[in-house]
Order: sequence, then structure tokens, then C-alpha cells
Amino acid sequence: MNGLFGTESWWVVIAKAVLIFLILVIYTLFNIWFERRVVAKMQHRIGPNVHGPFGLLQSLADGVKLALKEDIVPTAADKVVYVLAPILATIPAFMAWAVIPFGPEVRIPFTDTVTPLQLTDLPVGVLYILAVTSIGIYGIVLAGWSSGSTYALLGGMRSSAQMISYEVAMGLAFVSVFMYAGSMSTADIVAAQAEDMWFALPLLPSFVIYLIAMVGETNRAPFDLPEAEGELVGGFHTEYSSLKFALFFLAEYVNMVTVSALATTLFLGGWRAPWPISLWDGANSGYWPVLWFLGKTLIFIFVFVWLRGTLPRMRYDQFMKFGWKVLIPAALLWTMAVAVVRRIRLDGGMDQQTVLIVGGIAVTLLLVIAFIPERKQPADDEEPAETDAFAGGYPVPPMPGHQETRPDA
Amino acid sequence: MSPQDGPRQVVVGLGAGASGFSADGRGYERGGGGPGSDLATTDMVLNVGPQHPATHGVLRLRMTLDGERIVHCEPVVGYMHRGVEKLFEVRDYRQIIVLANRHDWLSAFSSELGVVLAVERMLGMQVPERATWTRMLLAELNRVLNHLMFLGSYPLEVGAITPIFYAFRERETIQEVMEEVSGGRMHYMFNRVGGLKEDVPAGWTGRVCDAVAAVRRRLPQIEDLIFGNEIFQARTRGVGVLPVDVAHAFGVSGPIARASGVDLDLRRDEPYLAYEELLADGVLQVVTRTEGDCYARFACLLAQVKVSLDLADACLERLTEMAQGPINVRLPKIVKAPEGSTYAWTENPLGINGYWLVSRGEKTPWRLKLRSASFNNIAALPHVLEGCVVADMVAILGSMFFVVGDIDK
Amino acid sequence: MNVYAPILVLGIIAAAFAVLSVGIAPFTGPKRYNRAKLDSYECGIEPTPQPAGGGRVSVKYFITAMLFIVFDIEIIFLYPFAVAFDQLGWFGLIEMVIFIGTVFVAYAYVWRRGGLEWD
Repeated sequence: MNGLFGTESWWVVIAKAVLIFLILVIYTLFNIWFERRVVAKMQHRIGPNVHGPFGLLQSLADGVKLALKEDIVPTAADKVVYVLAPILATIPAFMAWAVIPFGPEVRIPFTDTVTPLQLTDLPVGVLYILAVTSIGIYGIVLAGWSSGSTYALLGGMRSSAQMISYEVAMGLAFVSVFMYAGSMSTADIVAAQAEDMWFALPLLPSFVIYLIAMVGETNRAPFDLPEAEGELVGGFHTEYSSLKFALFFLAEYVNMVTVSALATTLFLGGWRAPWPISLWDGANSGYWPVLWFLGKTLIFIFVFVWLRGTLPRMRYDQFMKFGWKVLIPAALLWTMAVAVVRRIRLDGGMDQQTVLIVGGIAVTLLLVIAFIPERKQPADDEEPAETDAFAGGYPVPPMPGHQETRPDA
Repeated sequence: MSPQDGPRQVVVGLGAGASGFSADGRGYERGGGGPGSDLATTDMVLNVGPQHPATHGVLRLRMTLDGERIVHCEPVVGYMHRGVEKLFEVRDYRQIIVLANRHDWLSAFSSELGVVLAVERMLGMQVPERATWTRMLLAELNRVLNHLMFLGSYPLEVGAITPIFYAFRERETIQEVMEEVSGGRMHYMFNRVGGLKEDVPAGWTGRVCDAVAAVRRRLPQIEDLIFGNEIFQARTRGVGVLPVDVAHAFGVSGPIARASGVDLDLRRDEPYLAYEELLADGVLQVVTRTEGDCYARFACLLAQVKVSLDLADACLERLTEMAQGPINVRLPKIVKAPEGSTYAWTENPLGINGYWLVSRGEKTPWRLKLRSASFNNIAALPHVLEGCVVADMVAILGSMFFVVGDIDK
Repeated sequence: MNVYAPILVLGIIAAAFAVLSVGIAPFTGPKRYNRAKLDSYECGIEPTPQPAGGGRVSVKYFITAMLFIVFDIEIIFLYPFAVAFDQLGWFGLIEMVIFIGTVFVAYAYVWRRGGLEWD
């Protein structure tokens, strides 16, 4: 761990915190625009292109519009919790970014102060992210609970059940990364990947499991069941309007960026430059890494958008089944396999890297096969009762569960 | 209010598995209770509609749920009732057409056709051959338009947002030629008693040829987008099976019935216009499936689009060969159908659309009964929905391909 | 300064933003009273009266929550093991296999009992 953390002066910390906050807000506004433009491209549309250059200010305009909408608190709502819920969803979304490394140590312009491009680093960094993002789930479940509406309640329950289910698989996917890095600190994991290689390669199954889990965790398509427009109308935020709704929207997109940033940090070498750029000496110093980092994150955002533009929504039971019966055992088994193989290699066994990569590909294939959900045959109903379809002398439509009998039969 | 005051209808949530864990009522293992137990959950009543995204219109379903299972479903219709049959009685035959194309706004041309066929039959009128073939061409194009709409909107309901834009691109291609000939985009008003409003514009048939060819060329794109998708298949295969006897009992018709194996198509079984000739040529194929599930219904639509495009091509071929001639019959100032009655039914895109015309020799009909396809099709909905889980509700509802105006008339 | 203090700074900034947003919302928007507007949404009909908090919530969610706790605790135990993996040697590995094996038994039990079924 970098010795600078915990010894920096207040103004540096505050400046970095404000900067992270601003980057997140602006990046969110950009991502909303980005998603709309990319989806539009996939659908033969143009997308927002009016407000600002290339329509970049569209999301800002939407935000301002939301602020000018009436702030409604339904009569059936539990007022205090109803107001508190969006706040509770937003704060953890931002706080998770405290330990995400944006880049190496840099000199702050116009001063002599040197500081790492990371707010702080904890020995339990990733665990902290998991913990803090879990608090965000409270915001969602309380929003659903306090709205006093069936749809919101069900949406909230579904969201939270979904998030915690996929969090287990997500957490298991991290274990092998910690084994490789020997640390839970985000900065150390990035450093470990610089020495070794991007963990996405030797730990491909972990990476795949994490990718699936992160989509489930953020309630995005094809796992966007809580917001299934056709079923639950708007999900947990059905009753929210104005800036309270905007906060949920913001939190959702920040969470999307958070999981993408986490994927970048843990599996794609963090802020370090990707291969062709890394040949250039200055690639991993100064402020350049921020660009690589945001670029890698944007790739994940693109995947999110791509999935949304491509896939239909899964059904709730299929989705839960996939999480509990496929992802979790797969993640557990893979973790065990990594542990065993790594132990053998540490003891100087055979060429385990090859074994691991081959095994990884095998597990990935298994995962892909398991992804194809089977459909259960509905159980047969009991024998339907017979009724006379011509009772009373004229034909009546058969009622459910009844079989018609014709007078001439 | 406390839970005790109201009727014993406790909102238990869509995810309730508390009751009915085992068929014999001893469901204590997962916290439920048998009948009479304190823990037994009562049935929950869930209203879907009138304002619900899944009903794309103002249809209301009152569903009684036992946990996730739908034990009873009652479609509540009539929110959009406009008394069209009563209005028919105070319009003269030329004015009726404008009303007749409004109840099913996605099959306007086919609905107009039924009215003029009925009146022409009452008058014993001979319609010029060019009019017959042009009507057939337009009716098939209308069918394509209708089916493309559902080919796009059904994936949207199960969460795939992209296919609808592809479907609408094709719709737009055909809409253009329809607009060129009739001036309308939805309510064409192109039929007249005795033929069509006017002759087609110069060069129009060529443009239709191009449009049909373009749609046929790009149709596989829609097919590739959604039909092979595993999630889509998992959500639709074996879901919402409409048994063939239920289809018979409720008078279900159209692609929905044919997907269940009801081999009925009025174009073949009781040919009107000149379908007989196309049947003899082998161009007119009746598409049937036997599975009767959501997937079969959806697949039926696509196959029908292909058949309709072939039919349109055959019509175009005949029209270009045909010598110039009148496209309508000059009518007297006042059209009075002679006393009597007739029943004219046509194979509308969504099913059988029939008009029972009773005339007392006035210039308005004494009674004009409308048998619309969606009304009968939706009547079978309780049968299909009961026993299903709520998560399947949207998938089933969407696959019944109804237009609310056609239900409520 | 403690390494955890910067987290607090970021948290305060985020909290200030969130509270400010919620706080100004009633003043930036219009206020036009309409009783129907304040009803909860139920597809355009009079909302069914509900007990506070929506009444009983399905026990399934509770089961999911319990399972989550079981597995989350397992993960928490796995993390320090993973971090110290290189130092623990074979002893640690075997201990962990036994631990995961025990949890797997519970998992298999839940699966067989239908705790992972959703319908």
C-alpha cells in the first residue's frame, strides 16, 4: 500500500473527493447520452442530437426537466422512509468510488504536492465496495416498501432478491483474484496485474461469472426484471417523481459505472495502459492512465448497452435459478480448482499455467451450456369436471376447467 | 386500515410461495400453511389494466393469484366501447365504411372489405376484375402491416427493444405505397361499394413490387434478431398453450387458432375476392402449427407474412397483365340494399371478421352485427392464463395478438 | 489522517448532494393539488386498500435473504483465506476444502428441499 494514503493534507483529500464526485456525475450524464446514441445506432435511429454538440447535453436537459416536475408524495406512502430512500440509494453509489484507483501518483498542477489518483486505499478495499454497494439495496427495498403501492413493493422485493442473489456469485468470483493478488486492496491488485498479467486471462471463468453477476447486480437487461415495464410498470420507483426519481436514475447509472470500474480494476489491469499503448514509455505515468481507465470502463458500459439492445428479458424464476443453481456452484468449483492448482504450482509442480487456462476454457464452456435454461413442463391439472355446454337449451361458453359435452355426442 | 377490517384479501406479492407448497396442503416446510392454518395466505387479487403497459390499450384483467400462480383470470372489457353497431344503423352504406375500418385499427382495409362485400352481395353487384385484384393486393399488404406490428411489439413485451424498429422499417416501406394509393396511413378508406375509390396512380404497381421485394429481402433480419434467441425461446416455448378444443369452443380464429392446429382459413375454405385462383396456383398456403404455445403463435405470424408477400406478388403480376378498365361501379345517388340479410366474413389479419347485415330496404342497415376477431380470441384468455405463473402473463397476453378496439368495438 | 477519513469526505459530499436534491425538489416544481394524483398507481382504477407496508410479504424473499446470509458469510471467510493463500500452505487449502464442503452440504440440502425453486 502506498504510504501517502492517510497522511495527505485535508485540502488534497477534499479536492480529490470533489473531483471524483464531479467525474461521476459528468460520466453518468455522458453514459446516459452514450447509451441512447448506441442503442439508437443499433435500431436505425439517430438518438438525441439536438441539445449541445452531438446532443451531449441531452441528459442534463432531462435532469433539469425532472427538477421542474411536481414532487409527489403519495398519500399511502410512509413519508419519512419515502423521502429517505432515494438519499439512501445515492450516497453508497458514490462512496464506492473512494477506493477505485484512477491512476498512478501524479503531481497536482501548480503545486509540488504529489498524490495518487485514488481517494484512499484500504487493505480491504474490494470488501468495502461490496459492503457499501449493499447498503444501496436498502434504498431500493425501502423505496418499494414505503411507496404504498403493490407494483412498487413487488419491484422493490424483486430488485433486492435479485441483487443479493447475484452478489453471492459476484463475491465468489473475487476470491480467485485475491488469491492471485494476495491482497484485497484495489491498488495492490492493479500492481499485481502489472507484474503478472491481466487477471481476465488466467481467471477467465471468474471474469465471465463476474460479468454476468454485474449485469444482474445492476438490474440491467436481460436481467432488468424489477423494471420490467410490461409486468411491474416501473418497479420500485413507480411512485417517484421529480428529483427523487432522478436520484434513483443517477444511482443506477453510477452503480453501472462502479461495477464496470471494478471489473476494470480486478480483471483488466486497472488504469494501466493496454498492450499496444503500453509500448510507449509515458503511457503509465502522469494523467494519461485516467484516460485508459475511463476507456476500459466505457467498454463495459458498451457491453451493457449492447446487451440491452440485443436480448429479451429473462423470466424471474429462470433468472433466480440461473443465479443460484448455475453461477454459484460454478463459481465455488472454479474457486476450489484455482486454489488446488495454485497450491500445486507454488510447490513447484507441473506447468500449471497451461492446465489452468485449459481448465478455465472448459469451465467457461460449461457455463455457456448451462446458460441455456430448460423449461419445466407445467404439472397436469386434475381431471376437469364435465358440464353440459347446452344446458338450458342454448349453447353457453365452457367455463375454465370444464369440458364441453354436446347433446348429440 | 388494519388487515382485519377489509375483505380477507391479503396482498401477498407476486413472489408468494407461502401457500400451496405441497398439493395436500401441508406446506409448512416453507412457512406456508394448509387451509385453516394461521399462516395460510388468502388469494390476492391483482388488477392488470385498464392502464397497464402490457395490455397496450384499455383492457383490464382481474386476476386472482395464489402465490405466483394465476388461479382465475377475468378479462374486463368495454373500456373502449364506442357502440359501433348502433352507429352503423344511422349511417348510410357509404358512411359505414369509415366506421368499419376503425374498430381494428391495424387491419383497416380488411375490415372495410367485409362491409362492402356484404353490401355488394345484397345489391347483387358485379365488381370489376381490376377492383377485385387490387382489393386482394391491398388486403394482403394490410395483413403484412398488421403482422409486422406484432412481430415488433411482441419481442418488446418480453423485453427485446430492438426488433420493433426493424419491424417498423418494413412497415414504413409498405405504408408508403399504401399511403400513395389511398392517402391514409391507418384508416385507408379506399373501398367503395362496387369497387375502389379510384384507380391506382401511374407506376404504383412497380413501386409496390419494389416494396414487397425489399420487405422480403429484409425479413430474415427480423427472424434472426429474435427467433433463435435462447432467452426468447425459454420464455415462449411451451408457455401459454391454447389447446385445440378450447380454440374450437371459443371460436378462436386467425393465426392464434392456426398455431394450435385449427386448420381454418376463410381465404381457402370459403374464398372471397379471387383467392380461389391463387389457391389453385398454389400461392396461397395456410400456415398451421400444432404446439399452440406463444412461440408457435409468433412463428405463425412470420410465416404468414411470407405467404402474404407471395400473394401480393401474384396479385401484382395479374394486375400488370390485366387490360385497363374500370375499378369501380357507378353508384346511384342513394344506395339502398334490398330487404333481406346476409353474412359476409373475411379472413382478417387477426382472425375471422364477420358482418351480419340485415336490411329493410332503407338506405341505412336495420342491423349490422360485427363479429370481430379479437373479441373471441381474448375470450379464451382465462383458459390459457389459469395455472400459469404471473411472470408468464405478459408473454401470453402479448402472444394473443389483439387490438383493444377490436375487442370493445 | 486516518485512511478511512477520505471515505467520510466523499460520503458527506454525496449526502449533501442527495439531501439538497430532495430538499429543493418541492420548490422547483409546480404544486397543483389533485387527490387522484396522490393515489398510488394501480393501473387507472381505485387502489385496493392495503395494510401498511403492503401486508404480508412472501416468505420466499425471506428464504432468499437467509440463503444470502449463509453464502455471504462463507465468502467473508474465503476472503482472508484467499489473501493469505500463499502463506497458508497445504494446511490452509485442506481446511478450506472442508469448510466449503460443509457449506456445500447445506447448499445441496436447500436445493433438494426446494428452497431454490421459484414458482
